Amino acid sequence: MIRTFGLPEIQFILEGAKWTILMSLAAFIFGGALGLLVALARTSAIRPLRVAAACYIQIFQGTPLLVQLFAVYFGLPLLGVNVELWLAVVTGLALHASGFLGEIWRGSIEAVPRGQTEAARALGLGYFARIRDVVLPQALRISLPATVGFMVNLVKGTAVAALLGLTEMTRSAQLMSNITFEPLKVYASVGLFYFIICLPLTLCSARLEKRLNAQG
Amino acid sequence: MSAVAARIRPDQNPQAVTDHPAQATITMSAVNKWYGKMHVLRDIDLRVNKGEHLVLCGPSGSGKSTLIRCINALEEIQSGTIEVNGNVLGRKGAKVDHIRRDVGMVFQQFNLFPHLTVLQNCMLAPRRIHRATEAEARDKAMHFLEQVHIAEHGHKYPAQLSGGQQQRVAIARALCMGPQVMLFDEPTSALDPEMVKEVLDTMIGLADQGITMICVTHEMGFARAVAHRVIFMDRGEIIESAPPSEFFGAPKHERTRAFLGQILNH
Repeated sequence: MIRTFGLPEIQFILEGAKWTILMSLAAFIFGGALGLLVALARTSAIRPLRVAAACYIQIFQGTPLLVQLFAVYFGLPLLGVNVELWLAVVTGLALHASGFLGEIWRGSIEAVPRGQTEAARALGLGYFARIRDVVLPQALRISLPATVGFMVNLVKGTAVAALLGLTEMTRSAQLMSNITFEPLKVYASVGLFYFIICLPLTLCSARLEKRLNAQG
Repeated sequence: MSAVAARIRPDQNPQAVTDHPAQATITMSAVNKWYGKMHVLRDIDLRVNKGEHLVLCGPSGSGKSTLIRCINALEEIQSGTIEVNGNVLGRKGAKVDHIRRDVGMVFQQFNLFPHLTVLQNCMLAPRRIHRATEAEARDKAMHFLEQVHIAEHGHKYPAQLSGGQQQRVAIARALCMGPQVMLFDEPTSALDPEMVKEVLDTMIGLADQGITMICVTHEMGFARAVAHRVIFMDRGEIIESAPPSEFFGAPKHERTRAFLGQILNH
């Protein structure tokens, strides 16, 4: 029996949207934390750390997200770690995000004028205080547009998890399209939902940017 | 050690010696620095006594900025030693941050932290390093901001201030750490002419309080007014070192005369 595309179907898709949002959030939080470490390693005074971080970034920027997710999903069991699908996907997305955010933030850290670190060093501030109080607040501001751009991509990137069989928003849409035979309506709605999820990100970033710029 | 540098001993400086018993705050011996193949500091020997005011001048690229940047380890040296208040730099395990806490620095480009207010700029280091409470740090910051006559702008961000005001904040920020020595790296070179005086006046006020000062500047009026010794550098070497009256009245070295001729007669 062919079902029409109605409220229950939309609700089913919104169930999937919950996964999309949760996965994006988790990937951003864990990927952000790891990405910060990657960026700090990449800008460190210690050469081996810089090289290691550069390789890490290159691996995650140079391979497709889907391949990364497969590698984590099928690779973890080989290492003796059996994880559920969603955990593997979140891990994969977080690693992916850490590579990209690491590179974005490396650039922003390096864009903070040299005089700033010098002034901080001249005051006797140690590495930790220099990074936390002087460099990162300024780097954050510089990185904001690129960071938000990447977050938006990450939200949309979670759709790839559908290919591993995780019923997030795109997978829900596939299922609904299959039983309603109304792909256009289904995918148009899903596109709209992605848009609605990403819009606040962009708006918040614009507001934050304005506020930070007011500081001169 | 070059012959020229060997002649230069602070004990030849009567003014500094009568004011203060020869108690060295900074001692540089046989300091050499290269940038790649460029030899930017050549066998620098320099003693700076407690309370002494030194002015460093010389053509651009002569190494004067590099020299003072070595004193708080913003630049590494390749040979020689630098001793600041008994702490030796340039040895493994040197407590660089301890030295920096004794040495305040003011930069040509001010280098205030743009994301912090004037008050926060001054409070940051005491809060983090001396673990001062918010109130203590604020009191201290206000004290020094008042000294440089800028307390009323405490809540503003650096970008809202003029260059002269920013530089005075930078001086106050350095003073908040209670340094024994203040280094000034061309503090007025990036300023519009009408703002030079307010910064120089602040520095003269500071000099009157007896703090040890080393100042890279081309403001020869300032040098005459506060310096105990003026040092001329060229191509990484200390060429001449003398009290201002002697330095300006009867410079010994040909290169010093040429330099003074260029900057004083225009």
